[in-house]
Amino acid sequence: MQIYLPIAEVSVNAFLLLGLGGLVGILSGMFGVGGGFLMTPLLFFIGIPPPVAVATEAVQIVASSFSGVLAHLRRKSVDLKMGTVLLVGGLIGAAVGVVLFNYLKSLGQVDLLVKLCYVVFLGIIGGLMFVESLRAIRRSKVVGAPPVRRKHGLVHALPLKMKFRVSGLYISVIPPLIVGLLVGILAAIMGVGGGFIMVPAMIYLLGMPTKVVIGTSLFQIIFVTAFTTMLHATTNFTVDIVLAVLLLVGGVIGAQIGTRIGVKMKAEQLRILLALMVLLVCGKLALDLLLVPSELYSLGAGGGH
Amino acid sequence: MLRLIAALVMLVTPLTAEEIVLGLSHDEVAITATFNGSDVMIFGAVKRDAPAPSGGPLEVIITLSGPMEPVLVRRKERVLGIWANTDAVEVDEAPSFYAVATSAPMREVLSEVEDLRYGISIPRVIRSVGAPSEVVNAETFTDALIRIRAAAGLYQVLDSQVDMEEETLFRGQITLPAALTEGNYSAHIYLTRDGMVVDDYETDIAVFKAGLERWLYEMSRNQPFWYGIMSLAIAISAGWLASAVFRIFQR
Repeated sequence: MQIYLPIAEVSVNAFLLLGLGGLVGILSGMFGVGGGFLMTPLLFFIGIPPPVAVATEAVQIVASSFSGVLAHLRRKSVDLKMGTVLLVGGLIGAAVGVVLFNYLKSLGQVDLLVKLCYVVFLGIIGGLMFVESLRAIRRSKVVGAPPVRRKHGLVHALPLKMKFRVSGLYISVIPPLIVGLLVGILAAIMGVGGGFIMVPAMIYLLGMPTKVVIGTSLFQIIFVTAFTTMLHATTNFTVDIVLAVLLLVGGVIGAQIGTRIGVKMKAEQLRILLALMVLLVCGKLALDLLLVPSELYSLGAGGGH
Repeated sequence: MLRLIAALVMLVTPLTAEEIVLGLSHDEVAITATFNGSDVMIFGAVKRDAPAPSGGPLEVIITLSGPMEPVLVRRKERVLGIWANTDAVEVDEAPSFYAVATSAPMREVLSEVEDLRYGISIPRVIRSVGAPSEVVNAETFTDALIRIRAAAGLYQVLDSQVDMEEETLFRGQITLPAALTEGNYSAHIYLTRDGMVVDDYETDIAVFKAGLERWLYEMSRNQPFWYGIMSLAIAISAGWLASAVFRIFQR
């Protein structure tokens, strides 16, 4: 069934959008990522104009993250205190990121920079996670004992310590604030919730347990993406509500299914899957930049000068 | 949903011996949520005061053009091993949609000079005042614009697809694609003989969003803050609803 999108001004198949939303929703619930880093390129691919895709994707992330976080709240796997600290950093970061994004836009080449950002960050994070989770799986197989607790010298040495009971941590608020800030900046530039950066950062930098990380990441993603949605809606007028509704119907259902799959899986398996997916997207984007494109020319709105 | 209005309009100009009398299957296209393209039938007759003059056969060209707008065409080049946008040329005016249908192959129907004068074929419709001097081969940018839009079905060349009977009755059909932008579309009909334009006639087809599409579009422009809030409210309630429904299923 074809449907005409009022803001994007293109006609697309409604079932295709529902399916895409569902698929990304499942991943979102499983891994605690918003799924924007997957959905945004997919939307480009089916012909949605990039500014509309980026802005509308934010609305869908709000929906699927909210759906996912409710499931995690019932399971008490959300560290609200840690989430709030991360969020404070995240909102400041997002505001800085939007300013930075507009500056890059004035220089031109923003598309390329966004793609390079994706390739570099997805590559680093995916690679690190993959190696680490392989090691963890091998360790648990050989010894049969739980992995050794990591030491966090620097994180423990900083002032302003706070107790995060759900995460079982007693650390300074400065590292989570900085993590939130950096992720917020990247999220705004790359047009995503930032879960795929946030999740590994919480596991490896802050030392939070994997099960708590996902709910907490979803919790703070809701607010950061709601903020970006409002920014896009009021400045660029690029939020397509019809597109958003189609994506989020599939997305919220997928998120519920994904959360249930995620709970049944082992932390190491979950991490290795996420790592593989991140590397896959990274590889695809890198190929796009390196291979000869089939069409060297592209069209954009004129009248800029 | 598509209103069918047959509009027969007579032209009275004593100077030309052959005149166009035109009809349209509809003179407006409403874009609703389920809009999936639309066919516009353009038909008409040739009115004569005297017997048909001698010379080559009478031919018809029908064009349908969307609103004109500036377009920025960018070209990618390899920079340090990465494909990046380098040169860009702004095309001053290009139609968002353009179809040209003829009753015989274009080259036989219209001379180069007349094409230049009336701006009928696709390359002649696109106006580019000048590219920045540092860009070489600026015309390849206009070619690329035509190629990309043709691939998307937005630029159509319908050679020999207008039916012409007895040099009097003609009929052509143009298919508007589903991905259509709003605006005033103009249908232009040319009568030609020996490559020269004998008579021409122009009429408008209004293309506009209707119903829910119209309402959402207006709201996103006029009340962007509330539009954003509404989007978020829908997102949050959908997320909550899905969660609630799944809880019921789990019990």
